[in-house]
Amino acid sequence: MSRLTQAVVLLLFGGAILRASLTDLYLRYVKEGLRPFLIAAGVLLIAAALATLWYSLREGETPDDHHEHDAPASGAPGDDDGHGQGHHEPRVGWLLILPVLGLLLVAPPALGSFAAGQAGSVSAAPASDSDYPPLPPGDPAPVGLLDYASRALFDDGKSLTGRNLRLTGFITPASDGSPMLARIVLTCCAADGRPIKVGMTGKVPLEVPADAWVEVTGVYSPHRAKDPVNDVDVAYVEVTSWQEVPEPKQPYS
Amino acid sequence: MSQTRLSDEEIDWSAPAPAPPPAPRRRTRRIGSLEVLAALLVLLVLLRGWLAGQFTGARLQTWTTVFVSVLVQAVPFLVFGVVLSAIIAVYVPRSFWAKALPRHPALAVPAASLAGVVLPGCECGSVPIAGSLIRRGVTPAAALAFLLAAPAINPIVLTATAVAFPGRPEMVVGRGAASLVVAVAMGWLWLRVGKAEWIRLPHRPDLDGKSKFPAFWSAIRHDVMHAGGYLVMGAAAAATINVLVPGSWLQRLAENPVLSILALAVLAVLLSICSEADAFVAASLSQFSLTSRLVFLVVGPMVDLKLIAMQTGVFGRRFMLRFAPTTFAAAILVGAATGAVLL
Repeated sequence: MSRLTQAVVLLLFGGAILRASLTDLYLRYVKEGLRPFLIAAGVLLIAAALATLWYSLREGETPDDHHEHDAPASGAPGDDDGHGQGHHEPRVGWLLILPVLGLLLVAPPALGSFAAGQAGSVSAAPASDSDYPPLPPGDPAPVGLLDYASRALFDDGKSLTGRNLRLTGFITPASDGSPMLARIVLTCCAADGRPIKVGMTGKVPLEVPADAWVEVTGVYSPHRAKDPVNDVDVAYVEVTSWQEVPEPKQPYS
Repeated sequence: MSQTRLSDEEIDWSAPAPAPPPAPRRRTRRIGSLEVLAALLVLLVLLRGWLAGQFTGARLQTWTTVFVSVLVQAVPFLVFGVVLSAIIAVYVPRSFWAKALPRHPALAVPAASLAGVVLPGCECGSVPIAGSLIRRGVTPAAALAFLLAAPAINPIVLTATAVAFPGRPEMVVGRGAASLVVAVAMGWLWLRVGKAEWIRLPHRPDLDGKSKFPAFWSAIRHDVMHAGGYLVMGAAAAATINVLVPGSWLQRLAENPVLSILALAVLAVLLSICSEADAFVAASLSQFSLTSRLVFLVVGPMVDLKLIAMQTGVFGRRFMLRFAPTTFAAAILVGAATGAVLL
């Protein structure tokens, strides 16, 4: 791979990273806090591409004659690809086309029901304090799935009873085919994403396809089950009404 | 050496193998890499619709998502590591490291390991640096200790580890301590049993000047292409394991404390993830014990497929055949012991 080619690959790679971080595309893959670092990395990659382009054009390198810097006084780069490890570097560098392809052409969606079905539900951790803080105001009160499961499983729903609740997630089929409400929890990127699943009783949204996002209004249900994948307790919510909604800007929780 | 020109010795991060005889001048035009790239890009744009249609299967789609997200997460760490190591490689003279180290080899080993703390870079950068440290007269034991320590205990890697394991500072401490112990132990072991003839440094082409600013960008370009390429491989392997290996299979391995440590040690070698990004993969292997994931983090920056390839190139096959397996065993033992004490 000549330096000119490397410059083009670097430009594409940096451009793909920059484009993903300037739009909301990056939120499908990583957490929001990474954005400034992604932008800076993209800018640096583009700068490296432009510098490579500048120097290789100024030194008169064309793709086919980069072996020819043989005049000792020319100040020609000694690290160029015609030498030694150049045989490894270019081949590996070709692989950088793949993430460019992934980000610019394919732009895969956020993790959904396939990932949720393959991994066991996150085990909701008990609150660090003994008491759960009161739910946010509003009727229905918005509650995250992980928060709901934690309050339901470890506090017997004490902080949930008597309130109308609103939960948002995508539909994923349980092993028996009944729909569950799920959301992927990220630690830092989609590679470590694990689902939190909440079962539904009452007016269950049966006719909704997997991966569709729904907003469910309901009340606390004492019903429990186990996720067969990893034997973790799964909480249930009694649905009173639901509606399909578009995928939220931040698909992960 | 003047202020603005560097000898080739100082910018030799990219010339570990002997130079082949210069290619004969060709007058006939051949298809170069730029033409290949242009054709590839045109093809991709033309086939864009068809290509997007191929990524509809849930499994393939999930693979792509995980692949892209490992890369997106790792890119800032990779780029900043490459920039910092280019600054140090170009603007800090190599002779500084030789002067800064104690004369006695047994003392130079821990000193060189600690020098790794201030030299941020991923393992791809430290292999050629260690090679030229030896060339500059640094005792090989100290250079090897540096080679093992630098990619694992520098601030960027430890910060990445802290980000990947929020609320678990003992992972960061354990990683730093275990890696340091392995590096120093391997350095001292080399002093005891190592033989100079095992290391065969390649012939270096003669001095060739380059001013600092172009050298800086050239270092960045080279390291991103090189380390980035290996990172793509690692991300693809990680995504494949994430999608293909059934959770129950990993679960079974993860349940056995000894098997889980060995499994993750082997996985670290196979995945060959840059040390700036491996903590995030370790965090995703959440069904495994923290100790086995610590072993993953200790083994990864010291022994993996891409390092074995690079070490063969820089130090020779006889060296690699002895060094890599010994380091692998030492990293597992020390990592497991540290995990037993700390986690």
